[in-house]
Amino acid sequence: MISIEGLRKVFRLNNDDIAAVDDLTLTIPDGEIFGVIGYSGAGKSTFVRLLNRLEEPSSGRIVIDDEEITTLNSKQLRLARQGIGMIFQHFNLLWSRTVEANIAFPLEIAGVPKQERQKRVQELIDLVGLGGREKAYPSQLSGGQKQRVGIARALANNPKVLLCDEATSALDPETTNAILNLLVDINKKLGLTIILITHEMHVIRKICNQVAVMEQGRIVEQGNVLDVFTHPVQDVTKKFVQQIMGPSDEEDDITNIIENNADGIILKLQFLGEATNQTLISQLAKRFDIDLNILQGKITQTQAGGYGTLFVQVIGEQEEFDRALSFIQEQTSVEVEVIRDVS
Amino acid sequence: MLAELFPNIKYEDLVEATYETFYMTIIAIIGTCIFGLLLGLLLYLTKKDGIWKNKYIYFVVAALVNIFRAIPFIILILLLFPFTDFLIGTIRGPNAALPALIIGSAPFYGRLVEIALNEVEKGVIEAAKAMGAKTRTIIFRVLLPESMPALVSGLTVTSIALIGYTAMAGAIGAGGLGNYAYYFGFQRRDFDVVFLCTVIIVIIVFIFQFIGDFITNKLDKR
Repeated sequence: MISIEGLRKVFRLNNDDIAAVDDLTLTIPDGEIFGVIGYSGAGKSTFVRLLNRLEEPSSGRIVIDDEEITTLNSKQLRLARQGIGMIFQHFNLLWSRTVEANIAFPLEIAGVPKQERQKRVQELIDLVGLGGREKAYPSQLSGGQKQRVGIARALANNPKVLLCDEATSALDPETTNAILNLLVDINKKLGLTIILITHEMHVIRKICNQVAVMEQGRIVEQGNVLDVFTHPVQDVTKKFVQQIMGPSDEEDDITNIIENNADGIILKLQFLGEATNQTLISQLAKRFDIDLNILQGKITQTQAGGYGTLFVQVIGEQEEFDRALSFIQEQTSVEVEVIRDVS
Repeated sequence: MLAELFPNIKYEDLVEATYETFYMTIIAIIGTCIFGLLLGLLLYLTKKDGIWKNKYIYFVVAALVNIFRAIPFIILILLLFPFTDFLIGTIRGPNAALPALIIGSAPFYGRLVEIALNEVEKGVIEAAKAMGAKTRTIIFRVLLPESMPALVSGLTVTSIALIGYTAMAGAIGAGGLGNYAYYFGFQRRDFDVVFLCTVIIVIIVFIFQFIGDFITNKLDKR
């Protein structure tokens, strides 16, 4: 478990104190994939660097697995860092070393004997899917492969925590997905706690369980990814959610839909978590004598299940429709709203 | 044929002079490399934002480096006469040239080392710190290997300057091709000697440049 209390980092710039991280308190359970999202300058990068004290905190406490990071002396800190993996936006590999030598580097630092080192390196290469590229130099690798080396290197000493500093921001969307899948895989296989900072909501959506939104050094919103997605409170959060769901100009769209589809009833169905897995539409069509027409909708997947909204047009007898409506309300967890009753 | 073109050359002397030039250059390169690396590392580590950030040490080292780089080499040799006499026991011959050669070129190479180290990506050093590396590990496993091509090409440039310095030292009695060209060529108005010595020095410079470039290219995996 990682617990952070009153963490603060103040930079002095032209005789002005600027709090990059301001009184941050947070608890992250073991095995969690915890996302921190914010625009550049929100202090998220400073935050993640405070966790292994690449940046010295001005005040506050950081405890990782009962070890108080903030009070360690430099020797203890070095040892503690061997148990905290970190990956970077620009990979930060040593160009003078081959893939396997890069991965072996943290093992050399930890004083692992050569024979064990070779064995461990091979395991890691298999884990991140770089078989056959052991002797390549970083300059011969693609961005995604470089980040795989970065991940293997970060995992070399079996850390309990993996810090990801914008780990996918320099990668194209497809590679980003592959790397994110690898991270989820590692999280499940090794039970590693992952703290990931990003400015892309897509990344949060795809792999995080918990998310914290940072603005001006503070966490302004925090919670379950699904909750934050469906009920964003702060303006920043709403903007991030829009990155995924598109602008929420639903109001216009609905009037358009209503005008263009003169017949029938129009329903708004809201799916949340588990609900997206239900075969609602086909069940309605089978059980009731109604016709359904999907007008507009978007459903997206998160680690905690999908969520989204669907607008459907229902054509049929009023009686049949009422039965269908009560079926949705009583037998499923889908939220339903009648946008337009029969005119 | 050669005897016709260069009537005043004594070949044993020429071979001897060439050997002395090589000897001075190579020993001086080794010394320069060691002291230059030390100076460069010290500058890099103690600078602002450095790992051993220390204003005073940086100031002193930087001042020494700048002063010794500012003194013209021919004057530096003269200034170092008492020191050389104390250290080597003589002020003549190839060995007597070494202190001046090393003191003259180590600060120059030190600056080149500092520049090379500055080119190492900060992120890589940060990554090493995040892995829990000691400063020693960072120096020997990150800083030096990552800057190796620049360190070698810097040493190549310094070596070539050193070859020039050996010739200057030769003019005041250190031996080598400079010595031979000046005393046996210039002063006797035997310009064939001067010419041949020049040709040999140019060839030596080419050889050093070629070897330096070759090693730099071999090392550079970027």
